Amino acid sequence: MNPSSTTSVTGNELDLRVENVTVSYPNGHTGLQDASFALHAGTICALVGVNGSGKSTLFKAIMGLVRPVTGRVRIAGRTVRDALKANLVAYVPQAEEVDWSFPVSVRDVVMMGRYGHMNFLRIPRAEDRRLVEESLRRVDMWDYRDRQIGELSGGQKKRVFLARALAQQGRVILLDEPFTGVDVNTELAIIALLRELRGEGRIMLVSTHNLGSVPEYCDHVVLIKRTVMAAGATTDVYTEENLLNTFGGVLRHFRFGDSTVQKHDARAVTLLTDDERPLVFGKGGHVEYSERRGREDVVKERAEGEEDE
Amino acid sequence: MTDLLHTLALPLSYDYMLKAILVSGVVGAVCAFLSCFVTLKGWSLMGDAISHAVVPGVAVAYYIGWPFAVGAFATGVLASAGMGFVKRKTKLREDAVIGVVFTAFFALGVLLISLFPSEVDLRSIVFGNILGISDADVRQMLIISAITVGVLGLRWRDLMLFCFDANQARALGLNTTLLHLTLLALLSATAVASLQTVGAALVVAMLVTPGATAYLLTDRFGRMIAIAVGMGLGTSLVGAYASYFFDGSTGGCIVTLQSLLFIVALVFGPKHGLLAARAKRRAAASLATP
Amino acid sequence: MNTLLEPFQFPFMVEAMIAAVAVGAVCAVLSCYLVLKGWSLMGDAISHAVLPGIVIAYVVGVPLAIGAFCSGLLCAVLTGFIKANSRVKEDTVMGVVFTGMFAFGLVLFTKVKSDLHLDHILFGNILGLAEGDLRDTLIVAGLTLAIVLGLRRDLLLFCFDPGHARTVGLHNTVLNYLLLSLLAVTIVVSLKAVGIILVIAMLVAPGCIGLLLTDRFERMLVIATISAVFSGFAGVYVSFFLNASTGACIVLLQALLFVLALIFAPKNGLRAGRRRRPGALPV
Repeated sequence: MNPSSTTSVTGNELDLRVENVTVSYPNGHTGLQDASFALHAGTICALVGVNGSGKSTLFKAIMGLVRPVTGRVRIAGRTVRDALKANLVAYVPQAEEVDWSFPVSVRDVVMMGRYGHMNFLRIPRAEDRRLVEESLRRVDMWDYRDRQIGELSGGQKKRVFLARALAQQGRVILLDEPFTGVDVNTELAIIALLRELRGEGRIMLVSTHNLGSVPEYCDHVVLIKRTVMAAGATTDVYTEENLLNTFGGVLRHFRFGDSTVQKHDARAVTLLTDDERPLVFGKGGHVEYSERRGREDVVKERAEGEEDE
Repeated sequence: MTDLLHTLALPLSYDYMLKAILVSGVVGAVCAFLSCFVTLKGWSLMGDAISHAVVPGVAVAYYIGWPFAVGAFATGVLASAGMGFVKRKTKLREDAVIGVVFTAFFALGVLLISLFPSEVDLRSIVFGNILGISDADVRQMLIISAITVGVLGLRWRDLMLFCFDANQARALGLNTTLLHLTLLALLSATAVASLQTVGAALVVAMLVTPGATAYLLTDRFGRMIAIAVGMGLGTSLVGAYASYFFDGSTGGCIVTLQSLLFIVALVFGPKHGLLAARAKRRAAASLATP
Repeated sequence: MNTLLEPFQFPFMVEAMIAAVAVGAVCAVLSCYLVLKGWSLMGDAISHAVLPGIVIAYVVGVPLAIGAFCSGLLCAVLTGFIKANSRVKEDTVMGVVFTGMFAFGLVLFTKVKSDLHLDHILFGNILGLAEGDLRDTLIVAGLTLAIVLGLRRDLLLFCFDPGHARTVGLHNTVLNYLLLSLLAVTIVVSLKAVGIILVIAMLVAPGCIGLLLTDRFERMLVIATISAVFSGFAGVYVSFFLNASTGACIVLLQALLFVLALIFAPKNGLRAGRRRRPGALPV
């Protein structure tokens, strides 16, 4: 409604605070219990946990879809309701949640991101059109603007919804499984984009099962199992012990002793996987790379391997 | 030849036929507009349910001498509130809940009418009675149509987003509860408006078929609305006209026409039709075999 | 006292009660499957779609029930075909198909001069059963009941987990059409009792009542049947005194039982929920 309210939240004062949030559903099921963490401007944070651990409940609480019975969520010091009104929160849904045969074009979808900034009748102005074009160009989808959304590949679909979040100018962006069903190039592009957005002082909260790539692009991690098990910088929190705590016996867990893979340098290697890319631990913590540059061949090999599966 | 022309022009020489044709056209167009949202939201059963649930309201309104639209609208909303309540409180599937609630309302209507038989004619509620519509009823219908078109015309973008991605609507700060209720209220209102044209049993067709047909023909929401409205308007005008030759079964004629157009779109649709799909399969097969 | 027994002195009342109980029992057993399978709308669709079949059967001169059965099944088959071959959602397809068939039936009805009563087809005419009607109803109801109960485990598996049903060697297509055919037959049998529009209630409400009160399928069958038999009997009985539409009375009694189940169900009811919830909340 009021564009100036969006711009008034500058990078520095933006934060997302989840304080002692408990959510229970009408059927008596408790989705989340006493969850607390805080994120500051310029953060990419991974949200990691098994299915049913409360990840989507947490998203819903941040989006105001469920109301916590205790505790509160504050975004830049505002209530969820006010934050939504000010268009601070954007959401990139999972592919399964979207009706792909809905009769809308790529441009229509991205334009929907602008609704909160438009007048009562939602008639796009020049500014809205400009931002839609800019967002689509940023994710490299401008050439597809008149396609019906179902006619895109998995990666392209993801980019369109990212463009919608950009057009919305959300400062806190929630991404639900952004790398599922996505090709390697798109994954790279999305990661590059997330880094750019971090540079602009936004907060990205990424729910993912892709344990192996978390260290690559996330500087923060929230481990969740009905409640927040651990939260903080990736280097401190993303440890074998914490992950085992979070996943209990659910993770596939291979421990290679001296006799198998790496006998010669006598390192014990542990491999954790939640059915997507595995996370490998050595003696001194995880051994995933945090930058792809210089490892293009590895990435390529990996992608081919994944396609084979 | 002149005889045939004379016969064909005959319906137009009666005032009541002209009135019926025009009113049907208006109602058909309005329902078609709404049908785009109903089909995309997956609310077809809801349309059916509400159109049946308005019956007791009509009966009561007649007894106490209120405008029938008020009573009908009230029970329509009551029924949808009841469905929402039962759905939230139990583990029953939505379709089952809808089935139980709307049949209960309809049965209540039938019971009321059978208890006080002389007051209301059940058949005119179930099948509509556009040929005998009173001026007061025409006025009610036009008011309802105007309100519906006004709300849809002003808010269609929000409603489209609500149908497409309710979470996003919510994240943008839109009041999704209000949008949900708006759509339900419009559904009740149009069900009431079309009650006299096609009757409770066939209202759902007016609220589903044009949208479904347009959906087969285009990939753009704006065009979908245009096609649906054009179809609703055309079939209603022609159907009401044709009903002169079919003993006044206006609803039957309109809905049969709509179903025929749906079949045509289903078979010949340029992109999503059966023939187009078959051609696509053939092309794929011929590519696969060198 | 005599007033209360009065309905039983009329043969047509007794016949109506027997028919209502029989029809109620068959519908109730089937409703358990429909509610679990998510086919409630299918009952709605098939029941409307029988109309053109009845009119055509009248014109051709075959038993009306056969025409009704064929056109009801045609509706189900058409819906399946269109859904498989287009991008329109299933509920929408069903809405289009059944209203189209119903409307076509209406147009046919106005063009064919017949001694059929549209009111009887729509709202039932259980108090005016013709000679032989009761016998036919009982035979068909009995057969349907026997088939459903005989195959109840196969059908249950089909509703619960069609993939698994396939792997253990059941023919899903056969079961699918069997269930659809049983549905169509049941609807045709029920038409005389409650009519097209209210038969949906008979095919949904008892299953819902059963599901609210228990979470075992066998018990659900029993509860559904009891509630339907009771409302069938009591509905006819009450309608005698009210001088009101019999079909409506039966359906409203079922709705009443549904509301009672909703409030008082031991595990899933509203009161049970209120008792349970404070305990579930961590303090």
